[in-house]
Amino acid sequence: MSDLPLLTILIVVPLVGALVTALLPKASRETALPKQVALAFALVTAAVGIVIATQYDNGAGMQLEEKHTWIEPLGVHYALGVDGLGLMMILLTVALVPVVFVASWHEADGRNPAAFFAWALALQAFALCVFAATDVFLFYVVFEATLIPAYFLIGGFGKEGRGNAALKFLMYQLGGGLVLLAAVIGLYVVSADAGTPSYLLSDLQQLDMSTTWERWLFVGFMIAFIVKAPLFPLHTWLADTTEKATPGTSVLLVCILDKIGTFGMLRFCLGIFPGASEWATPVVITLALISIVYGAFLAIGQDDILRLIGLTSLSHFGFITLGIFALTTQGGSGSILYMVNHGVGTAALFLLAGYLIKRKGTSLISEITGVEHRAPVLAGLFLIAGLATLGLPGLSQFVSEILVMIAAFDYHWWVGAVAVTGIVLAAVYVLWLYQRTMTGPPVPADEGIRDLDKRELVAVVPLMAALVVFGFFPQPMLDAVNPTVDSLLQHVGVTDDPPTVPIADHDDSTSEEGH
Amino acid sequence: MDFVKPTIEYADIWPLILVFGVACVGVVIEAFVPRAHRFLVQTVLAGAGIVAALVGTVMVARDLTVHADGAARGAIDVEGTLAVDGPAVFFWGLILVVALGGVLLFAERRLEGGVSAFAGQAAALPGTEAERQASKSGLEHTEIYPLLMFAVFGMMLFPSANDLLTLFVALEVLSLPLYLLCGLARRRRLLSQEAALKYFLLGAFSSGFFLYGVALTYGFAGSMSYADINEAVRNDLTNQSLLLLGIGMLSVGLLFKVGAAPFHSWTPDVYQGAPTPVTAFMAAGTKIAAFGAILRLFYVAFGSERWTWQPMLWVIAILTMVVGAVLAVVQTDMKRMLAYSSIAHTGFLLTGVLGVQQATDLSDGEITSMQAVLFYLTTYGFAMLGAFAVVTLVRDSSGEASTFARWQGLGRRSPLVAGLFAFFLLSMAGIPLTAGFVGKWAVFTVALSAGAWPVVVAAILCSIVAVFFYVRVIVLMFFVDVAPDAGELASVARPSVLTSATIAVGLAATVVLGVVPGPVLTLAANAGQFLR
Repeated sequence: MSDLPLLTILIVVPLVGALVTALLPKASRETALPKQVALAFALVTAAVGIVIATQYDNGAGMQLEEKHTWIEPLGVHYALGVDGLGLMMILLTVALVPVVFVASWHEADGRNPAAFFAWALALQAFALCVFAATDVFLFYVVFEATLIPAYFLIGGFGKEGRGNAALKFLMYQLGGGLVLLAAVIGLYVVSADAGTPSYLLSDLQQLDMSTTWERWLFVGFMIAFIVKAPLFPLHTWLADTTEKATPGTSVLLVCILDKIGTFGMLRFCLGIFPGASEWATPVVITLALISIVYGAFLAIGQDDILRLIGLTSLSHFGFITLGIFALTTQGGSGSILYMVNHGVGTAALFLLAGYLIKRKGTSLISEITGVEHRAPVLAGLFLIAGLATLGLPGLSQFVSEILVMIAAFDYHWWVGAVAVTGIVLAAVYVLWLYQRTMTGPPVPADEGIRDLDKRELVAVVPLMAALVVFGFFPQPMLDAVNPTVDSLLQHVGVTDDPPTVPIADHDDSTSEEGH
Repeated sequence: MDFVKPTIEYADIWPLILVFGVACVGVVIEAFVPRAHRFLVQTVLAGAGIVAALVGTVMVARDLTVHADGAARGAIDVEGTLAVDGPAVFFWGLILVVALGGVLLFAERRLEGGVSAFAGQAAALPGTEAERQASKSGLEHTEIYPLLMFAVFGMMLFPSANDLLTLFVALEVLSLPLYLLCGLARRRRLLSQEAALKYFLLGAFSSGFFLYGVALTYGFAGSMSYADINEAVRNDLTNQSLLLLGIGMLSVGLLFKVGAAPFHSWTPDVYQGAPTPVTAFMAAGTKIAAFGAILRLFYVAFGSERWTWQPMLWVIAILTMVVGAVLAVVQTDMKRMLAYSSIAHTGFLLTGVLGVQQATDLSDGEITSMQAVLFYLTTYGFAMLGAFAVVTLVRDSSGEASTFARWQGLGRRSPLVAGLFAFFLLSMAGIPLTAGFVGKWAVFTVALSAGAWPVVVAAILCSIVAVFFYVRVIVLMFFVDVAPDAGELASVARPSVLTSATIAVGLAATVVLGVVPGPVLTLAANAGQFLR
């Protein structure tokens, strides 16, 4: 069992699924067949993901590794591996894609649904490869490759103006990607100067590079990840994209793809350029704080639900980055948890908003009111997802938010103080959104509006369950994540200040000091 | 004075002689074979000649003598005028493959309803009764095949020329047939003739510069041969100004051929006006050959004067990339857009050329600039050939429809062809998992390794601009809702197996080189350095 190349299987299954779905006979295009095939492949992928999770051994570092020479003259390997961080991202990805499929079942009807589902599976395959890659070149290749399916998902499905939104998305991402390319090339030069060129993460971590090189290369990586995540000031593609794309696409983009940015910061910026990461913390934390506050203010000002949800993510990515660059174990674990919880919470929010927009035929908040009378279940679930977003205790996002806040205060009191305003503002945009759209007198025109049907419920209920379960019992995730964060911070060479807050009471063997 | 019979190593250069021989036989065929049979005879002869030369190139490549532990291989032949070494043979192979694609595209007759894309009777004035007569009786020029073969001969000679005179002869042999071919379009003949005239005049002008450069360099070194020039550069410090002027003038001539700024202005007009099969062949072939010549001239003859020409190439490379990328953004014609993009690619290639370093500065197994440029040219050649071949398919009632307006929504009407074109564009844009990406990676790497980081930064910025205009075409094909007043839209004509095969080969190469570039990179590494 353990000899199976599980990670390769994990990547190949959705890729094959994409091809099969795309190549189904034309006659079946308008039937449910392509969707069923795609969903089946997504479920098989999820099953493989679960198998990987069961094989995973907390604290054993990088595991399930596979390594084959790919392009020998360039020192490039097809190398995969999974650690706590990678595992979390992989599980998030395999879980969200079937959910998106069920929720978007009729989204692409009349517009070649086979293409929508095939591109989504391709996107999943590349994203999984990104999270499993332990070779920088391989990472870069799939990092860029994710853009093609994403581009066609935005440009092909969605509303008026999607073509331009897709172009803007692609230009930003490829711009960031090309900056990253320069840095990846620089890594080759440094590694070649040191002896034999190699792109393996394990080799690069041993590399002894000059401070100047390290800082420049760090900047190159960081710019790409700031575009991806996104952070202020390179975030302007985000709202346009989420507004024009279908909610399902937005989930794939914001909840999975954008995580590559923060994932990359942890894996590559901290992993390969520890010195430069420490050097850059003041700037990065400032950008993170601006993103938190500015994103929240922008969200408050929106009249389009999908833009609003997109911009809340700007704020959340600020929190995640803040946690990463606070360089403490709480911050690190908190931000990885945050990535998962944000993925789940925001996915729920996007999908529910999608249901709402489908019913009302508009995404403008000013034209929607009093929905809770006609569709109480929809309104209720929307409220729960919203409360998770604003970090209500008992829902999963709270756990991660509190860990990041601790790290922020640890870094400096004013950083914590500014970050706290983000939480307050989150309450404003979520509750105000709920109040304006869901409450109020019932509108006569809404007579025909039905509540959520079974399919729609099947899609969002698992997300709701995850929000609650991980809100009360985040320990399994922390157990998986903590060793990774510990070894990463050891690599950076920082140790925590004397303990301030116990973060985990039950399992003493795996969580770190401070009990 | 005794006359000494020159020794000619026929075993090494027979592919060259074969191509030249086929071209000459082609001329004889024009004179003696009845018109009805010429097309078949000429195409089969040209195709077979190229395939045979390709086989010969492989055989020659296998027999090259290895020098200095594999750092170089081959021999200097024909009294020191031709270098048949690893890179030269690599260039031969590449040029022949492109030429084969060219022959296939030249021979395509299905798209124009039974005739080729070339003028029925070039001597007939456009718009006259004679022209109508010619097209009504189905005349066509089969001279294009010998012309193509002469051009191929020149192209093969160009990168292996080892003295300045041979270089000049090769330059003219490759250029003259191309000037002529450019003016032979069946449709839009005035545009085509204008392109030919422009190309000829500017080309002749640049040849003048080149010749003057040859003279000045001779004045400096007292010899035409690269080895002697190199020797003179190493030892002689007296006549530096002659050398510098010589390098400058020679560069003008060569940079004109590759279409580098500020000598690029002919490119868009000629690419647009020429018959598209010629454009495809010329865009790929000329650039490969001319870069071969540039590499050898600069690395072998002026290799010790690197500090002089590298800064010049820095400036030219940056300028070329900026001009190509920025001006491509405002184009509204597919062929012109591809022309400007080819200018940008010239800039990227120059980035690779200026990344040359001493072998001692490179660590074991690190990629060399020669390897990078060879690989980039390979990817570029296939993508250009494929992209222009696709352009020949997209037509409206008046022939090829190359304006953007006609291409609207093509992705909906013909997803396969539009998808292929999109793929070639993505490769040119350098998206991973296509050949273009690895090529771009390689040239940027060698430049950065040689410390040319300003050029690499400029190249990255230009790549971003380049992505924009490539992706805009994809938007146009796939995502634009066609306006009701859009006028006539182009549709895709069904080509014969000839064009399909060319596109398929281009596609296969672009995919394979993108996913497993290792073998070709190794092949380029094995070609080694130039023989001095």
